[in-house]
Amino acid sequence: MDKQKWEPKIVAFVCNWCTYTGADLAGTSRMKYPANTKMIRVMCSGSIDPVFILKAFERGADGVLISGCHPNDCHYNAGNFHARRRWDFFHELLDFIGIEKGRLQFSWISASEGKKFADVISKVTKDIKALGPFTDYQKMNSEFTAFFPEETAEDHEVLNKVEEIV
Amino acid sequence: MTVRVLPGSVKIFSGVEYSTDYKYMCSDPGQNLIKEAIHKYRLDAIVVGSCSPHMHERTFRNAAVSAGINPFMVEIANLREHCSWVHDDIESSTHKAIELVRMAIEKVKRDKPLTKINVPVTKRVLVIGGGIAGIQAALDVANAGYEVVLVEKEPSIGGHMSQLSETFPTLDCSQCILTPRMVEVHQHPKIKLLSYSEVVKVEGFIGNFKVTIKKKARHINEDLCSGCGLCITKCPIKKKAYNSFEEDLAFRSAIYIPFPQAIPNIPVIDETVCTYYKTGKCGMCVKVCDRQAIDFDQKDTMLVADIGAIIVATGFKLYSIDKKSADSKYKGYGEYGYGKYRDVIDGLQFERIASASGPTSGEIKRPSDGKEPKKIAFIQCVGSRDDSKGISYCSKICCMYTAKQAMLYKHKVHDGEAYIFYMDIRAGGKMYEEFVRRAIEEDDVKYIRGRVSRIYEKNGKYIVKGEDTIAGMPVEIEADMIVLATAMIPQDNAADLARTIGVPYDKYGFYNESHPKLKPVESTTAGIFLAGACQSPKDIPESVAMASAAACKTIILLSSDTLEREPVVAKVNEDLCAGCFYCKKVCPFGAVEVKDVKDINGIVYKEVAYINQGVCQGCGTCTATCLSKSIELAGFNNEEIFAEIAAL
Repeated sequence: MDKQKWEPKIVAFVCNWCTYTGADLAGTSRMKYPANTKMIRVMCSGSIDPVFILKAFERGADGVLISGCHPNDCHYNAGNFHARRRWDFFHELLDFIGIEKGRLQFSWISASEGKKFADVISKVTKDIKALGPFTDYQKMNSEFTAFFPEETAEDHEVLNKVEEIV
Repeated sequence: MTVRVLPGSVKIFSGVEYSTDYKYMCSDPGQNLIKEAIHKYRLDAIVVGSCSPHMHERTFRNAAVSAGINPFMVEIANLREHCSWVHDDIESSTHKAIELVRMAIEKVKRDKPLTKINVPVTKRVLVIGGGIAGIQAALDVANAGYEVVLVEKEPSIGGHMSQLSETFPTLDCSQCILTPRMVEVHQHPKIKLLSYSEVVKVEGFIGNFKVTIKKKARHINEDLCSGCGLCITKCPIKKKAYNSFEEDLAFRSAIYIPFPQAIPNIPVIDETVCTYYKTGKCGMCVKVCDRQAIDFDQKDTMLVADIGAIIVATGFKLYSIDKKSADSKYKGYGEYGYGKYRDVIDGLQFERIASASGPTSGEIKRPSDGKEPKKIAFIQCVGSRDDSKGISYCSKICCMYTAKQAMLYKHKVHDGEAYIFYMDIRAGGKMYEEFVRRAIEEDDVKYIRGRVSRIYEKNGKYIVKGEDTIAGMPVEIEADMIVLATAMIPQDNAADLARTIGVPYDKYGFYNESHPKLKPVESTTAGIFLAGACQSPKDIPESVAMASAAACKTIILLSSDTLEREPVVAKVNEDLCAGCFYCKKVCPFGAVEVKDVKDINGIVYKEVAYINQGVCQGCGTCTATCLSKSIELAGFNNEEIFAEIAAL
């Protein structure tokens, strides 16, 4: 792959109340950061399932960022504590499942920290760029789909008919 | 970002029937565009690529409703705050915009119509804290016709305002304006006053809280006591306990009322000093009380109240310069003697000295030898705005009260000299700047811009070493008394109480408002409101304004019989649920209940989790914790999030 042209694909799972709002503030304040990160809004960082992260890697993400409210500042009082505990543990497992630890990053960004949001996104983008593209999971994914071919349009029609009949 | 290519680009995604662009989609014509498109193309879901959903989500949802589709079939792709405003590169940002829209399309395809949830409302308000903010909030709510339970941890309501001598910028007597309010609270038929009580447990949710309140034992039967005060005068224990209302500048008896105008005017027995609790003898108060109101065996009692909304007005305390323990988040002032000099006092102590009802009857006397100080130094920003002491914020009121105190001193000691060391004068407020000018120009208070590096005692005087940064030279003043304007900090138990009632707090312990500009009195927990200095340092007018605002918000809440809530709540798939109840452990709101599943004969064959939709706030922590993935958060379920991930 052409290293010069390659741009990392980063997924950020952010909570609605702090980081998403912080990102809004970064926008309102016209702070600039690289366009590689796409955000998925969830209500609380506590609701981010580790499966989401694996799914993101499987779908071609080169890096994942998780961000929520600062400890004690959670809109739901304790969601980010559960998240923190979960991520501490999950982070250790990443190596084991063949993903470099650096590809998954965490941060606390409050609704008033637009600047921090822009800085974090820039830093994460830089870090992931340095790590290079992440292809292992996609390779595995293609092997998997080769083994279980995806449904074709015909399959769909058949299925739909079956549904109608049922 | 090039907007004009977007409609064509996103049109190709499966499921998209129609796409267009318009400059102001949130305007009336823009909304009409959406409504017309819904009718014309018979759309069942819409995606708006616009500003943040925090801005106009409601606008577009309402537009969808008026065109006949469910409001939750609307998704917003944030193309302004998260894309066009933050990226310079046109190509990559346009690309990102298309992807963001695609994610929203994939999500909206899986969205399900949701309906708002109705919950009943208990028409009773709990106000925690009986300072000026709590008093104001309680009166406002009660005058609107709703029942109020006012809980105060001290034996009397009144708070810090009752300790003040005069108030800025009018110099009117603090107690004279406060005590009528206190009496009004006492006499109000709608207010139930629980003094010497604390909130120990809050369960439930907006409109339906269940609050447990501990009524501490006064050792006085409140129904019998007439408040004559004979027990207090006859109590032989006179000098064993400091009077905390007088900021430890005087003593009080073992049985006491905090101050003469206390509401309720019922004494409290301090078990730690009372002879009866040590030796089982004395009982002087029992002998003199002709109403038999003294009850040594009284125990703490627990009360449970159904509450619809809570106003938290727990106020502040003053930072002290004492040496702190190593694990404290604050540091003391060794350079000012860690509080070992008796004539180095704080602002509240000066208020008591200046107060006509205080220990010196309003004469300015220094605590060590009772002499009138001829030279007095005030030091502002002690703790405040000082990162090295652990407080980086401005306490906001000290500039004003220091000016006031210097003025009061000059009014009482005409030949005295008053010096004020300051960093900046922050006198923002109606008539505030004029007040400071009056202190300088009319009362000849000497303002020195600079910090004090050291205070030490020499021949009964206190040497204040500082710097005059305007003159650019060191200064040294031989003062008789020093008043420190110490920082306002949260109450000691602020964090514990926050956890009890379920409101978030910042790193200092001040409670967090829901939105710093648009929701300044709401906490982030629905149905809990904030008033006064528990949220951040405030002066009296601000506390009162905030209390009235919180009361108003509460009244709005109670004015309807049922409450509409966003339907973003978790729901359990009972077939899949294995009954491990991990969700119950992690739920911050106690929304998860145990439900029995019965077979056709009515025999329970398994227990599953059940989520009370009124209690659930929709954080989704349970969904991530659930091992069998049997909990879904409406509006953010796994299928929707997977679709978003897949659309990247």
